[in-house]
Amino acid sequence: MKVLVSVKRVVDYNVRIQVKGDGSGVNLDGVKMSMNPFDEIAMEEAVRLKEAGTAEEVIAVTIGGDKAEEQLRSALAFGADRAIHVKVNEEVSPLTAARILKAVFEKEQPGLFLMGKQAIDDDNNQTGQMTSALLGIPQATFAGELKIDGNKATVVREVDAGLETIEVDLPAVVTADLRLNEPRYLKLPDIMKAKRKPVETVSMADLGVEAAPGLTVTKTSPPPARAAGIKVKTVDELVAALKDKGLV
Amino acid sequence: MEFTTEHEEIRRTTRRFIENEINPFVDEWEEAQIFPAHELFKKMGDLGLLGIHKPEAYGGMGLDYSYEMAFAEELGHITCGGVGMAIGVQTEMASSALARYGSDELREEFLTPAVAGEKVLSIGVSEPGAGSDVAGLKTTAVKDGDDYIINGSKMWITNGMQSDAICLLANTSDGKPHQNKSLIMVPMDAPGVERAKKIHKIGMWSSDTAQIFFDNVRVPQRNRIGMEGMGFMMQMQQFQEERMFAGASTLKGLEHVIQATIEYTQQRKTFDQPLIDNQVIHFRMGELQTEVEALRALVYRTCDLYVKDQNSMEVVKLASMAKLKAGRLAREVTDSCLQYWGGMGYTWENPVSRAFRDTRLLSIGGGADEIMLGIIAKLMGTLPGKKKSADADNKAA
Repeated sequence: MKVLVSVKRVVDYNVRIQVKGDGSGVNLDGVKMSMNPFDEIAMEEAVRLKEAGTAEEVIAVTIGGDKAEEQLRSALAFGADRAIHVKVNEEVSPLTAARILKAVFEKEQPGLFLMGKQAIDDDNNQTGQMTSALLGIPQATFAGELKIDGNKATVVREVDAGLETIEVDLPAVVTADLRLNEPRYLKLPDIMKAKRKPVETVSMADLGVEAAPGLTVTKTSPPPARAAGIKVKTVDELVAALKDKGLV
Repeated sequence: MEFTTEHEEIRRTTRRFIENEINPFVDEWEEAQIFPAHELFKKMGDLGLLGIHKPEAYGGMGLDYSYEMAFAEELGHITCGGVGMAIGVQTEMASSALARYGSDELREEFLTPAVAGEKVLSIGVSEPGAGSDVAGLKTTAVKDGDDYIINGSKMWITNGMQSDAICLLANTSDGKPHQNKSLIMVPMDAPGVERAKKIHKIGMWSSDTAQIFFDNVRVPQRNRIGMEGMGFMMQMQQFQEERMFAGASTLKGLEHVIQATIEYTQQRKTFDQPLIDNQVIHFRMGELQTEVEALRALVYRTCDLYVKDQNSMEVVKLASMAKLKAGRLAREVTDSCLQYWGGMGYTWENPVSRAFRDTRLLSIGGGADEIMLGIIAKLMGTLPGKKKSADADNKAA
């Protein structure tokens, strides 16, 4: 079985985000970028499937500008066998991303498509669902556990009510939640080996995909600053203060 | 200095490792005044972190020193000085001469397990009567058949309570002090090696520091690194990597101190305004950050030259400058920042007070500031020659 994994270049989770003065977006100048942490979890799962002998090949795909190749190199260091770089310099909406990923899926014909449940930059949580819908294949989102058995996958999903176990036919789109696994540390020999693994570059035109219209970001603003708190001495005081604010 | 994707990945792996495998345990190790070197080094060895600049034939990555420097810089994220120092002893101070000049057999025996994190190393240069004055050391290694018999003692030995082997600098003849020394790999379980009590220091508590006695310790002569009498020269060369490492591993720790102080002074209010709104403080933070960036530029430049030419005298000068500046700047940054924490800064648990204690060593260990200044002056051509005393002159006359 082939496993396809999509990874996204995002601002590193350690970086304190700064919104540009004119509200046109987030400041990315000189900011440390990394692979989306949920995509790392998806990558780790794919590599484990390969190590367990369930998958024969792991292919990483990303959509982004020249520098997104860095994240593909990370994916290759994780253990992907090869990578596909869909070069797009503009912002990509979830629907456009889903169209691109659909085209890549159709070209590669993997048995499983893994990705993070969402990217930590926009937190849209849409690309996985849209990709499966466009492809007309099953989806299993928020995976906390994944088992492959022949042509079926059993996925334990982390939902609001608790854990939900579903079985889907393969191929399917599975999106990784936080507890699916703990990604490994990349070993130095693997980091250096990744340099020599193949990366194929394609454009949206090569894939016959057009950007989806309809989504424009009008303004970006930072969340309101947290107001100063107060200190209370006893639990009674705390309860009274909460009641006073109408919170309990 | 240009960093590649691979440099960034090494940084990332190092940082994640520190966040998960080191920092959560630092308080415990500080308290115990020792860290579990074997356990930690094995984990690092498995990831390839202990042999970045070491030959591939001995399990290393065979990469140039810029990768090692990226690693050293990330070690600054460790929330104490002792663990990074212990790692530096393993990867630079105790193993760079071995890697460069050791016989294949000796490297197989000591370098391969050091890179794998299976053996912990110490470097034995300083003695109770000789530290920065390396030429004045007294430990002897006298030939007896195919062996050396070692007698003497070594002081301030990092990893000394738990190392498996020590790279020992000893006098192997009576000749001139710069030509009579050799570096010898001595297993710490050899009969006659005694680890005296752990030394109680003002900082670097996670790192165990020992005095070690050698009483008729017998080791085969094949444990000598390179040619006899070349020990002083090799040690001087070994110091260059140590000094670059010291400079690089200081940077991020100082930035953490500055950042923590900024955050604290933003929250802390006096006279109805955040402390940091006082110009003396926010200007000072700007000044200190500028100094750290200047040190970084010097470290990168030194490393860049070293990658191009390992034997350049310019590197000796720049590495000494980087080491000097790192020590002095660490004192300036931690002292200035501690001041703005007020009473909180004077408490034991405070991160800035720990950095203040830990980094104080930088100006002393690995060649004191004054030794660095001597080297720099010598290379600038301004060091006066040693004059005979008037008394000696009179006697000669």
